[in-house]
Amino acid sequence: MSLYYVQKLLYELNRDPALQEQFFADKESVLGDYKLDAEETEALEKPDIGMLYILGVNGQILMHYAAMCGYAWPEYIQAMRDALEEHGNVRAGLYVTTDGKGAV
Amino acid sequence: MSLVFAGVCSHAPGITGRKEMAGGDDAETLYVAMDEMRQAMEATRPDALIVIAGEHFANFFMNNMPAYCMGMAQEYEGPIEDPEWLGIQRTSVPGNPDLSRRIIQHTLQDIDLAYAEEWKFDHGIMVPLHFLTPRYDLPIIPVNINCQGPPITPLHRAWAFGQALRKACNAVPERIALVGTGGISHWPATPDSGKIDEAWDRDFLDRWSSNDRQRLLDYSDEQTYLEAGQGGFEIRTFIAISGASEGCTGTVHYYRPIPIFAVGCTVGIMNLEEVA
Repeated sequence: MSLYYVQKLLYELNRDPALQEQFFADKESVLGDYKLDAEETEALEKPDIGMLYILGVNGQILMHYAAMCGYAWPEYIQAMRDALEEHGNVRAGLYVTTDGKGAV
Repeated sequence: MSLVFAGVCSHAPGITGRKEMAGGDDAETLYVAMDEMRQAMEATRPDALIVIAGEHFANFFMNNMPAYCMGMAQEYEGPIEDPEWLGIQRTSVPGNPDLSRRIIQHTLQDIDLAYAEEWKFDHGIMVPLHFLTPRYDLPIIPVNINCQGPPITPLHRAWAFGQALRKACNAVPERIALVGTGGISHWPATPDSGKIDEAWDRDFLDRWSSNDRQRLLDYSDEQTYLEAGQGGFEIRTFIAISGASEGCTGTVHYYRPIPIFAVGCTVGIMNLEEVA
């Protein structure tokens, strides 16, 4: 579990158009620079926006990655709702400070 | 001179980015209220506008997160988000590094304030500026209060920050406008985006309007998270304005829950003339 680095990668993607270009041309060339486990790498590569939410990525970081990956707003919200159904509670980060169900 | 204007407003990205998805006259009435806020601010003839926002990981990350930070740049760029997504074109926004430096120096007498000579504005500042300085011709001084990545500053420190900022504004010759921007209860960018607790919001705004320090600070973060969502942490930006306007009451000119904007949209102005 390396939520910190998942979020750091997305934070850096969100603010660096050159890194975005590199990432979408060759994701592995960027992912290798961060300490990620297999589940995190897969969620980032697919992309699996819902799983990234379950892993604990802050929505203020995640919503921009979702938009970058072509998710319209309702699709982004639905992806997180579907993931809660499929995978259960958020596992780490801000959204587990209470009941682990994120915002729901 | 002094503080000539103090107010609060919302900054949700949906306000500009999802305007077309709003129902009824939601967008129209909010836009009118924001424009009236612009007119009220312009009437005070400010030389600069300080925007206190809780930014969203545009400049600050958990590798080095300041509780409070003020910009000290000649110019800023924004929005950091996709302009199409936000509905605001990317632009350069003027700063005033000399004024920033003097205000920071004064504020440091009371609060350990970080500073930044680089700052990319996200929706938290760009949405208010889109309405309040649409020609981007007024020098802006950005302030961030970390409301996103706990541990976060206690509410009484947000109040004290506002007090310190007021003293700093009083110590410079320029006419300063101050706007705090954030949401009240909301769950932005989560599966429950669009959920808004109107009663919680109106109770908070009652405390804000009466500028009742004791009641404004009478929240724990645990309570806020449970009742008002993680977005509720942004009340720090409103409370900083209250601290800066101590002794004055405020008037809420607009409040309406607008779920597609994911927040109870708010415009409020402090009645600074009460202690002028």
